[in-house]
Parts: sequence; structure tokens; C-alpha cells
Amino acid sequence: MLAHTANCLYWLARSVERMDCGARLLDTAQRMAAVAPDKRGSEWQSALIASGCEPAFFEQHTAASRASVVRYMTQDDSNPSSIWSCLNSARQNARAVRTAITSDMWEAINGAWIEARGWQEEDFGRDRLGESLDWVKRQATLFNGAYRNTMLRTDAYHFTHLGAHIERADNTARILDVKYHVLLPNREVVGGAVDAVQWTAILRSVSGRRAYQHLYRNEINPWQVAELLILRPEMPRSLRSCYQKITETLGDLASDYQGQVGDPHEHAEMLHNKLRFRQIEEIFQAGLHEFLTDYVDETAVLGDKIHRFYHMV
Amino acid sequence: MVFNEMWGEDTRCRAAYAGIQRWLDATSTKTLDQKKTQAEQLFRRIGITFSVYFEGGDPERLIPFDIVPRVLDASEWAFLERGLTQRVQALNAFIHDVYHDQEIIKAGKIPAGLVNDNASFEPVMAGLNTPHNIYSHIAGIDLVRTGPKEFYVLEDNCRTPSGVSYMLQDREVMMRLFPALFDDHAIEPISHYPSALLSTLQSVAPPACTGDPTVVILTPGIYNSAYFEHSFLADEMGVELAEARDLIVENHEVKIRTTQGLKKVDVVYRRIDDAFLDPKVFREDSMLGVPGLMDAFKNGRVTIANAVGAGIADDKAIYIYVPDMIRFYLGEEPLLNNVPTRQCADPSDRHYVLENLAELVVKEVHGSGGYGMLVGPHATAQERSDFAAKIIANPAAYIAQPTLALSTCPTFVEQGIAPRHVDLRPFVLSGKTTTIVPGGLTRVALREGSLVVNSSQGGGTKDTWVLRDPGTAAEQEQQ
Repeated sequence: MLAHTANCLYWLARSVERMDCGARLLDTAQRMAAVAPDKRGSEWQSALIASGCEPAFFEQHTAASRASVVRYMTQDDSNPSSIWSCLNSARQNARAVRTAITSDMWEAINGAWIEARGWQEEDFGRDRLGESLDWVKRQATLFNGAYRNTMLRTDAYHFTHLGAHIERADNTARILDVKYHVLLPNREVVGGAVDAVQWTAILRSVSGRRAYQHLYRNEINPWQVAELLILRPEMPRSLRSCYQKITETLGDLASDYQGQVGDPHEHAEMLHNKLRFRQIEEIFQAGLHEFLTDYVDETAVLGDKIHRFYHMV
Repeated sequence: MVFNEMWGEDTRCRAAYAGIQRWLDATSTKTLDQKKTQAEQLFRRIGITFSVYFEGGDPERLIPFDIVPRVLDASEWAFLERGLTQRVQALNAFIHDVYHDQEIIKAGKIPAGLVNDNASFEPVMAGLNTPHNIYSHIAGIDLVRTGPKEFYVLEDNCRTPSGVSYMLQDREVMMRLFPALFDDHAIEPISHYPSALLSTLQSVAPPACTGDPTVVILTPGIYNSAYFEHSFLADEMGVELAEARDLIVENHEVKIRTTQGLKKVDVVYRRIDDAFLDPKVFREDSMLGVPGLMDAFKNGRVTIANAVGAGIADDKAIYIYVPDMIRFYLGEEPLLNNVPTRQCADPSDRHYVLENLAELVVKEVHGSGGYGMLVGPHATAQERSDFAAKIIANPAAYIAQPTLALSTCPTFVEQGIAPRHVDLRPFVLSGKTTTIVPGGLTRVALREGSLVVNSSQGGGTKDTWVLRDPGTAAEQEQQ
């Protein structure tokens, strides 16, 4: 297939996933802020840091207030990672490869885009934020369902699938890392009530509250939340699940292309294996934040290798 | 006197339309109306994969489709097929000649200035050869009919004629809506057009190409109004649909960027005008072209279809000389008539045109799509005098033809079944051999009395049937 088409499909899926992540990060921040005793807490700034757009934000703003962060991460078209920018870029990619995607996929993206064009400032105001973020997550789910249910299992599908899981691996690491950037208020202790609420917020934002109860059946503690989101193969958003999908999909592409394997296959295999044989205690000992930052960086390296190997420029 | 293709010149139904007449008699207006609605839904559904969505999400407006087919019998088609083959052979011979020895000019059949000073003449093509000496691989010849045996060529389209996707989809929709009608008729199939097109394109691969030639379609992109057709044909032929950024020229070879690296391309079926094709040779500001494409062609590494400079043959001023070309290159008498045409550049012709504007159709030499033309009998006195001023200001830009009484076909309009004027665009494929899929695209002027069939001017399309020879059909039945 055309390298350009592969590139558009890959970034189409990544943009949708990134849009979803933006909504989840804000959701987490909102839940944490709601229980923070100190109303000048770092919850909103943590969402900015995790999404990677903190430096650009502070070029335009002096303080990370609720309103300014929400606006920057949802409707601001000067932020390439804002929900609106992601949706717009997804639609542009979809449009450029209109004949390579199914009408269900197109309708999911185009429908969302048309509705989002009518957004008002107050749609992301205090009272409507939760509702609007839910809407964003639903649009991502709709698109993901559409591509999985309707696309032929050819290389076009595999590039789409690859994009979705590379981005999801990156996002899971970022969402989990939010906790590192949120300061515990004065007089609150690690393992105390606020700490627990913050971990719960992280779980909820990845729709993992129920999954946690099902697998661990105990009070929420940081080790198990991290284990769930990093190492558990049962958890579809865990880094390990994402990397399993990534290696599988790269394998599918290799069989499409006469067994052609190379850099990205090796790199993904290595990252996947590191997750398969790791204990959560080791990760905490070496530092959770360092581990997550490392995975965000390595995932970016893998992305570059995929681009080079499949000539997606 | 307008020729009605169903009723002929008297009031007895012509044999080819007997089945259509029975069907129309037996079908209520209400049923026809339902079928028409179904047809529109089918077009949207079939077309939805291809249609480009404009900002705001509305699908591309569909070209109206009429559910009453247009029918040609086997002998009519056999005649048209011979005439079209002859004409396109002569057109290709002409293009080859003007870029080589210009014998037709030396023989005094065509004025040198008309060729060499023509905006459609591409000096860059001089002395260059194309496989099988073919330049217009896909030609659309616009025909009109005025009587049982009277067919005229209205214009030749030798560059990038479009509309074939409508021809194929009209048939597809008709077969789904009216299976019984197809049971009752022996109709020549047309669905092999994409594979015939692919064979034609492969047959003109450069001699340097060994093995299976790789064909791609080069499109200007999703904003082009014919993008739907480009993607449809690429899908049907199973070839890549490339935009300029997907192609690269390296060591005089054209290559396409795929996920498995660069792959050599042998034939480029381009749907981009000459001027935008290669910024190194033509318009420098073209973002749609492939730098170095002409260089690869000159080095015999790629075939460009249709060839650059093919437009010299379909210029409206050159049109007048096509019958002479047929006599000159083929030594045959033309089978298909030209419409008698006057050139406003000629003083006596111009005088005649200005005197008789009310009876004539005046066209811009370089115009297309039904724009910039005057249909004298339908114009107001004001429109005619405005147009006269334009002719006087720039006579060489205009030609004039008598207003032909275009034939009509029964058409389902708001008032029920009524005659409407039609034309026909068959698509002639030239490669190692000539192939014409029976029929072509019938365009119909849906407004009562209108002679303009262009979709931009309120025209629609119809399925076009060529009936099989009753003898051949019976033979096949027995086998």
C-alpha cells in the first residue's frame, strides 16, 4: 500500500486515542481537585505536565488555573494536543484516505467533528465539564469500535491498530505519572485519605475501578494500581497489554510483507519482554516516575523506527 | 423535426424500444416514482465509499439519474463502433504526425499556424515516440443524433475525458432495480471496462519494461471534482491511486512510495492537465505534478496516458479538419459526420455568423463544460447582441454551428414520461488494439426543450443499452 496512506491511518488512530487521553487526564484532575482541601493545589497543572504540553502552556499563561488549563487542553487550537486539535487532525487524516477507511469509521469521525465545531465556551465550564469529557470518550469508543468491526484485516487495518496501541501505551504511562506530579497537601501523609483518593481518581480515569476490585478485592494501594496499569495482561489499557498488541500487530504486518522484519519488531519485542518478566516491587524500588518516563521515551523511539521501516514520511 | 429514438418519425414504436414500451405501459407512475427514489438511495449507498464530503459533511451532490434506458440496436452500434475506431485512429495518427514530420501540413491539408501556434501544441513533444504511436489512449467522443441514420460528432475529447464511472454505475443500479427488464432483453455487457482499460494501459508500457507492467492513476487529489471517478477506477482496476507526493523520479525512473519501499512504475494514467504535470517542464508553481516525470518519459522509462500534447487533436478549431485527417492518414471516407462548422476568424464565415446568430450555436474554441456558449434560438436579443460584441472583439476564439435538432429519448420527469434531448459519449480505448465497450455515457437535458446536457447545466445521465444481434443472441441461446 502507499506509504502515505499507511501514515494517515496510523495518525488517524493515534489522534483519536490522544483525544481520549486528553479527556481522561482532565477527568483525573477534576476528581483530584474535587477532594483537595487546598484549593490552590497542583491537580490541574499535573494534567498539563502529564500530557506533555506544560512548557507551551506557560509561554501563554502565568498560572495553571482550572479554567485556563481546561480551555488549553480542550478547545484551544494553538495547542496541537488539545481535544479539538486531535479531532481536527483525525478528520483531516480520515479525509485524505477516505477510500481506505470504511464509511462507519468516516461517519464516527466526521459526526464527532461536526458536533465539536458547535462547541461553546460554557460546554467545558464547571458544571458541564464531566458531561463533555464523557462525550469525548464516547466518540473515541465509537471510532475504535467502527474500525475494529468494519475494516478488512489487511495492512491498512494493521497500521490503524498499531497507531491506536502505540498511543495508548504512551497515554497509560502518562496518566499514571500524573500522581507523581500532584503534591500531597500539607499535613496529608502518604497512604492517607487524600493519597488514596488520588489513586482512585487515576483508576477511575482509565475505567479501572471495577477491574481493580475484581482482581485485588482490597483497599486501593499504590503498588497494585501501578501493577494493574503496567503489568497485568488482563487489563486492556496496561502497558503490557498494549505492548502485546503492538508486537502481535507488527507480526501481522510482517506476514503481510513476506516475513519482512527489522528494527521496530526487535524494539517492540524487547519492550514487551521487559514487562512480561518484571515485578512491581522492582519498579517501585528503581522509581515509578523514572520507569514511566523511560517507557514514554522508548515508545517514541519505537514510533520513529516504525516510520523509518515502513517509509511513512 | 426532432427525431424521437423511441417513436421514430411516425407513431410506431421502433423495434429496439418494443420492450421498453411494454414496460412503461405496464408500470404506473407511482411505481416509477418509487424506483426513482430507490435509485437515488442506491447511488448514495454505492457511491458513499467514494464520494468526497465537503466541509460540513454533506455528500457530493449526485448527478441526476433517469431510470428509462436509452437503447441502440446491434446494427446501429456496429456502425458507430466502426466510425469511432476510424476517427480515433486518425486522431492518434494526427497527433503523432504533428510531433514528427508534420506531413499533413506539408500536404496543405491543415494550416501550419493552426497547429504550431496553437496553445494546445506542446513543443516539448516534438520528435518523441510513444509505444504503438498512441497518444490518446482514452478518448471520449461526443456524438449526437438527428435521424435514424444520422450521427454527428460534436466534439472529440482526447485529453482526460471523464464520465465512465457514471456509465458503469448507471448500469449497476439499473440491474439491481429492474432485473426483469434485463431478463427480457439481450444487452451487451459493459462491466469489463476496468479490465479492458488496464489491459490497454499495460499494452503501452515502455519497451524497457520487462515483466508485468505496474500501472498507477495520478489524481490531483480529494478536492478535484472527478476524484470519485479516479478512486473508483483505481479500485476497479486494482491499481494504486497516487497523488504527486506519492511519486518520485530517480535515475529517470518513476517510483511510487509504498510501505515496502520504492516500487517502479511503468504506466501513469494521469488525470491532471498537461500544465500541472511536471513543474520542471510546465508550470513551475504546480503542486500537483511530479518533478522529472517528462524526463522519465523522454528516456523511455514510463508511459504517460494520455500523452502530453494530445490536446492538439481536440481543439475546436482543429475539429473542422478531422474528416480530412481520416482521408489523409487512412485513405478512407469518414463514417461519422462532423457538424458543419464556421470559424469566426474567417471574414466571410464571421459575417454569416453575425447575420444568423439566432439560428446558430456559438462556442468558445477553448471552452468546455457548456460554459461560454450561446444557443442562438434560446437566447434573448440582449444575450445575442452581447455575444456578437464578444465575437467581434476576439473572432479567433469562436466557432459556430447550426443548432442541431438533437434526438430525444423517453425520460421520467415530473410530468411523467416525456421526450428529452440526449447525446452519447462512448469511450474509445487505444493501445496495442482498439477496444470500445458497447454504448457509452448518455447524457440527457432534463429541462424541457433544453439542448445542454452538461451536468453543470442541469443535465442527467441514463443507462445506455446496446442490444445484441438477434442472430448472435439466438445462437448463444442454443449453445
